[in-house]
Amino acid sequence: MDNNDTFEPVIIGFTCNWCSYRAADLAGTSRTKYPANIRLIRLMCSGRLDPAFVFKALANGADGVMITGCHPGECHYIEQNYKALRRFQLMRRTLQGLGLEPARLKLVWASAAEGTKFAHEVNSFVEEIRALGPLHWGKSAQPSAAVAEPVLEEVAA
Amino acid sequence: MTANAKPKFAMYWAASCGGCEIAVLNIHEKILEVDANFDVVFWPVAMDAKYKDLEAMQDGSILLTLFNGGIRNEENEHLAKLLRKKSKILVAFGSCACEGCIPGLANLSNSREIVTTAFNTISTDNPQQIYPLTSYAVPEGEIHIPKIYPRLRTLDQVVEVDYYMPGCPPESHQIAAVIDLVIQVLQGKAELPPKGSYIGVGGSTVCDECKRTRHLKTVKSFKRIWDIEIDPELCLLEQGIPCNGPATRSGCNARCPSAGAQCIGCYGPAEGVIDYGARLVSAFASIIDSNDPEEIDRILDGIPDPTGQFYRFNLAGSLLKAGKSAWDKEKV
Repeated sequence: MDNNDTFEPVIIGFTCNWCSYRAADLAGTSRTKYPANIRLIRLMCSGRLDPAFVFKALANGADGVMITGCHPGECHYIEQNYKALRRFQLMRRTLQGLGLEPARLKLVWASAAEGTKFAHEVNSFVEEIRALGPLHWGKSAQPSAAVAEPVLEEVAA
Repeated sequence: MTANAKPKFAMYWAASCGGCEIAVLNIHEKILEVDANFDVVFWPVAMDAKYKDLEAMQDGSILLTLFNGGIRNEENEHLAKLLRKKSKILVAFGSCACEGCIPGLANLSNSREIVTTAFNTISTDNPQQIYPLTSYAVPEGEIHIPKIYPRLRTLDQVVEVDYYMPGCPPESHQIAAVIDLVIQVLQGKAELPPKGSYIGVGGSTVCDECKRTRHLKTVKSFKRIWDIEIDPELCLLEQGIPCNGPATRSGCNARCPSAGAQCIGCYGPAEGVIDYGARLVSAFASIIDSNDPEEIDRILDGIPDPTGQFYRFNLAGSLLKAGKSAWDKEKV
């Protein structure tokens, strides 16, 4: 396990083109700092977020995933952010069944005017993930990581 | 053995239940065509054969091997690699070999839990804590129980696979069709599909084959099939039954939905689906008729085990491949 003092979480953030990406942009132009741990991926809408994107992020080494979109009622595509909300809730349950800490998946609404809020949410999420420690899903679940285990020998001993 | 001009056929089971072998036998008289056209050289369920006989065969000398079962232990892996070497065409046969299937659900537990569950639970009467000997001396030498891997892997996570034939088990009419095709190829009347293809399947999803009527789906609650009187004509998902049809590959003629039971996904992900569970999460979440987080949560309570619902057949072959507890021993 990595030492938590040196552990820098890898976080994938999905942003929507119309609100949350612009919030991130505003944070940038207003010189509001937020940690570089988050790698933002811009989608046209949070409703475009295929749960497979999240699963792939986790399978490839992300320690946490942040999904962002327009506030309820303010979606550029009328109501796709509600779809994102429902997918998020079902995804969180499914991942919990696979043993993932629910806190590693976060949903944040941010309008284009909320650069400060966006930066604040990223800051707090990075600290939450730092506290949880590295996930290591990617490395551990790779087929090449399979090493035969003398389990029966251990258990019977 | 006299020289036999017939092409050679093999079938093997790794971590599986044996249902695939029964499905092969369920092709009835067609099995005689298999015998007429092939020399069956290795098929532990149906005939006596020793691993050393297989080892002695020339590399690439078996034309067609149907491999069912996932790779759970060293023996499974050894046979997968051996059969890959000896076979021209290796088919991942059945859901276990293609995507892990039910044995793959053990990827939600670590191997120690699996062994203790098998030999030492409330339902197992084992007061003296007797476990199998891991090695035993016989006059011919010492024999060992193969070691278990921390996770079950699909066949193509271990060796290169030429074709995939999903299903739990593959439908017998599909098996018969594939055997027909191979025989036609042997007679020069047909060509093999491109390597890596799914064979013995339909081209779309179970929904496309399903005869039930479909409208715009809006679901206020999820139900189990025994909770309601099921409308025989209407789409099950529309009735709130969590049916996995939208993400599942066609090929079974929508057997379960036709019989009034939800599709549980045994034919695996449809063409183009990256992650079966993710596709279903997307589909189910999209039809929920609520925008209120608390109400959505209440509706989702109707799917008590989402991981089992979405990954019953596909966990080992999914993007995440296993539950965290399969490898994260410190947390267990």
